Formats: sequence, structure tokens, C-alpha cells
Amino acid sequence: MLSADNLRHTFGAVRALDGISFSLPGGRTLALFGPNGAGKTTLLKVLAGLIKPEVGHAEVTGGRRAVGWIGHQSSLYGHLTVRENLLFWAQLYDLPAARARARVTELLGRLGMTDRADQPVRVLSRGLMQRVTIARALVHDPEVLLLDEPFTGLDLAAAGEFRRLLGELAGQGRIVVLATHNVDEGVELATDIAFQVRGRFVHFAPRAARNAGEIGEAYRRAVGNGEGGGGG
Amino acid sequence: MLRHAWVIARKDLLLEFRSRTAFVSATVFAALVLTVFEFGRDPTAVATSDLAPSILWVTFTFAGMLALNRAFQLELENQALDALLVAPISRTSLYWAKLVANCIFVGVVEAIALPLFVLFFDVPVGGILLPLIGVIALATVGFIAVGTLFSAMVSRTRFAELMLPVLLLPFLVPPLIGAVQVTAQLLAGRPLSEGEGWLRLLAAYDVAFLTLATLLFPTTVNE
Repeated sequence: MLSADNLRHTFGAVRALDGISFSLPGGRTLALFGPNGAGKTTLLKVLAGLIKPEVGHAEVTGGRRAVGWIGHQSSLYGHLTVRENLLFWAQLYDLPAARARARVTELLGRLGMTDRADQPVRVLSRGLMQRVTIARALVHDPEVLLLDEPFTGLDLAAAGEFRRLLGELAGQGRIVVLATHNVDEGVELATDIAFQVRGRFVHFAPRAARNAGEIGEAYRRAVGNGEGGGGG
Repeated sequence: MLRHAWVIARKDLLLEFRSRTAFVSATVFAALVLTVFEFGRDPTAVATSDLAPSILWVTFTFAGMLALNRAFQLELENQALDALLVAPISRTSLYWAKLVANCIFVGVVEAIALPLFVLFFDVPVGGILLPLIGVIALATVGFIAVGTLFSAMVSRTRFAELMLPVLLLPFLVPPLIGAVQVTAQLLAGRPLSEGEGWLRLLAAYDVAFLTLATLLFPTTVNE
């Protein structure tokens, strides 16, 4: 279970979160849409425990150990190889050595990175680095995935494979929160849709049977209703 | 906690071993400072034995700051710090990881700078090498304990590399005075026991600031 209760947070005069409350049980995928500066990243950071909100609180069943995190940057070390990076993060999540090696090999295969395993991360392209970032977030098999613009830099094939992977994880009962400003990304995965504008949810509902076009139209109406960005 | 700290410290040392950026900078810097002091002083005006301890500690202090500056920059390059703070590790283990990595890194730089110091200033350290290394270790731990905390505090500021010395140097006055005094006594051929008061000060400084920094560090890394 992932829950947020009346989250409020400001950066100076900018209201990044303005009374956000919601909860997601296992198996749900929330697609969080909003314009730049709507507060999506702040919300994810609060959910991940990186920011303590000024008001309200967020809770993830299982605590930080249960969270897989993808931020705006890779959180990888350029002078370590792909495999060394992933094994480093696996060790921080207390995976036994043999299991960590097996998990890393499995993820690298799944994300098409097996032949790059022993290359330093600093020589990888943006898209390949993003695949490693995804593997880094999944290495400890988290129950809750908090993903900030995770499709950035991925080519069509890699983005498709990542969508399939997220679909499988949701099918296994994991919770996924996917923040993006691009409505076309991730709509097909979502069980729930939220539109965040100026720190507030102006829409939060199950996706039901609506297609991407309908959701895009609803989003444009919500964002266009005199609201723009404002948060971080 | 200690296992996580060692995993992160080992990663830091491996990164430094691969890139050698800070190591080369700190070692060259130490060699340059010693060279400047060697050729920039008038040996007939001030005796080498009077000047040498201060020169040694000025060299160690400023070379060490290069290491401290790099400690948290490593974690900011690709925002690895965010993922570290999300991971189920205590903030304290992150502090001890940086402390251990910094101590090893600065220790290696000091191990290279010390022979250069002996060579340039022709000071007899044969009979006092072990006590001298002990004093260096005692003062370095205190310096790194405070420096690691301040390095984390300033790492997200715009002028981190300028801010660190400005904040840190006032706090280094007590251990530097102690270290210079004991080093001077040792180089003058006096027994270590004569500097007992200064050694106590160095030890107390280490304990106090290791404790304080361990307690304060978690609040410095939160956004």
C-alpha cells in the first residue's frame, strides 16, 4: 500500500504540493501527468522519503527497502562498469552475493544490456544509461516503483520492453507511480490517472476504459483551465 | 551499518583509483607547497626546525581539503545521493563511509608528502617515525571528522569549493596547533611524553567531533 495524506510543501513562494491525498493498493499503476513545474517530482520525492513535507505524511508499506526509485538523473557512477554499479546497489539492499549476481544478469538480459555489462557507464549513450538506471531501480525487486520521466532517452524497442516489464510487475501486485508530462507515455499501463497542476490533483480517478486520446483531451482541458506550472 | 559504510567507502576508493583525479591533484599540490616553502624561505633567517612543523601541517591541511571537496561531489554528478538516501541505509553509515574513504585517501597523500618533506627540509625522522605517524593519524582523524561533515553541508551550495575552507579552517585551529606543537617537539628530539597535554587535546577533539558529526550528519543531507 502507498498512501499520501494532505501533503503540502512549498519552495519559497512556490507551492509544490497543495493538499494531495490518495492511496494505491498493490497491483495499481498510477500515471501522474502534469506540466513542467506542477510538483510531480516533489510528490515523488516525498513518497520516496527524500523530502519531508511541511504538512501531511506519506507512507509506503515496507518502508524504504520496498521502494525502487528513478529520478531525473541516473544515480550511476561513470567510472564503474554497468555490472559493478548494479552490484553496488544490490549490496546496499542486502542481497546475498549469489542472488545479486543472478539478479543483475537477469536484468541485463531483459534490458538488452548483457554485452555492455563490463563497459564503464560513462561511455554509454543517454538511452543505454537509462536502461541501466531502470535495472538499478529494479535490482532489489521492489514492491513500489516511483518513476520520474522513466522513458527519457529510451528508443522505441527499449521503451516497449520497459512497458512490458512494468506491466508484468503490476500483474505481480507491485505498485507503480509514473510521472510524466507526456500523456502518450504510460497511458496504456495505467490503472489510475492523476493530473497534477500547481501542486494539486485536479483529477484523480481510475482510468476505466478511456483511451489515450480521451485522456489527452481531458488533460488538455484540465491544464488549460487557467492553470500552469508552479512547483518543482 | 558498518557493512553498508564499508560498501560505500570501497566504492569511493575504487572510483578514485579509476579516475585518480583528486589523488593526482592532492599529491601534486602537496609537492608544490613543499617546493615553494623550500625555495621561498631564507634558511639563514629562520631555522628549519622552527619552520618545518608548520609547513608540514599547512601542506597536509590544504591537500586534505581537495579530498574533502571531492567526497560528496562524487554523489552529486548523477544525483547518486538521491538513490543513496532512498536506499535502506542509515545516514550515519553514509557519514562513516565518507569518513573512512577520506581518511584512507588523505593517509595515502600524507604517506607520499611525508618523505618529500623529509627530503626537502632534511629533518631527521629515523628515530621518531612511529610517534610522528601516530600524531599525524590522531590529528588527521579529527580534521577529516569535521571536514566530512562540512563537505556534506556545502556540497549542494553554488561555491562549495570556496565555502569549505572558509567554514572549516576556524574549526581546525585547535588540532593544528596541537599537531604542530607535538611535531616540533618530536623533531627537536624530545620524547613524546612531553607533548602529553597536546595529545590529550587531539584525542579529545577526535572523540568530540566524531560524536558531534555522527549526530549532526543526518540533518545535513536531507533536502
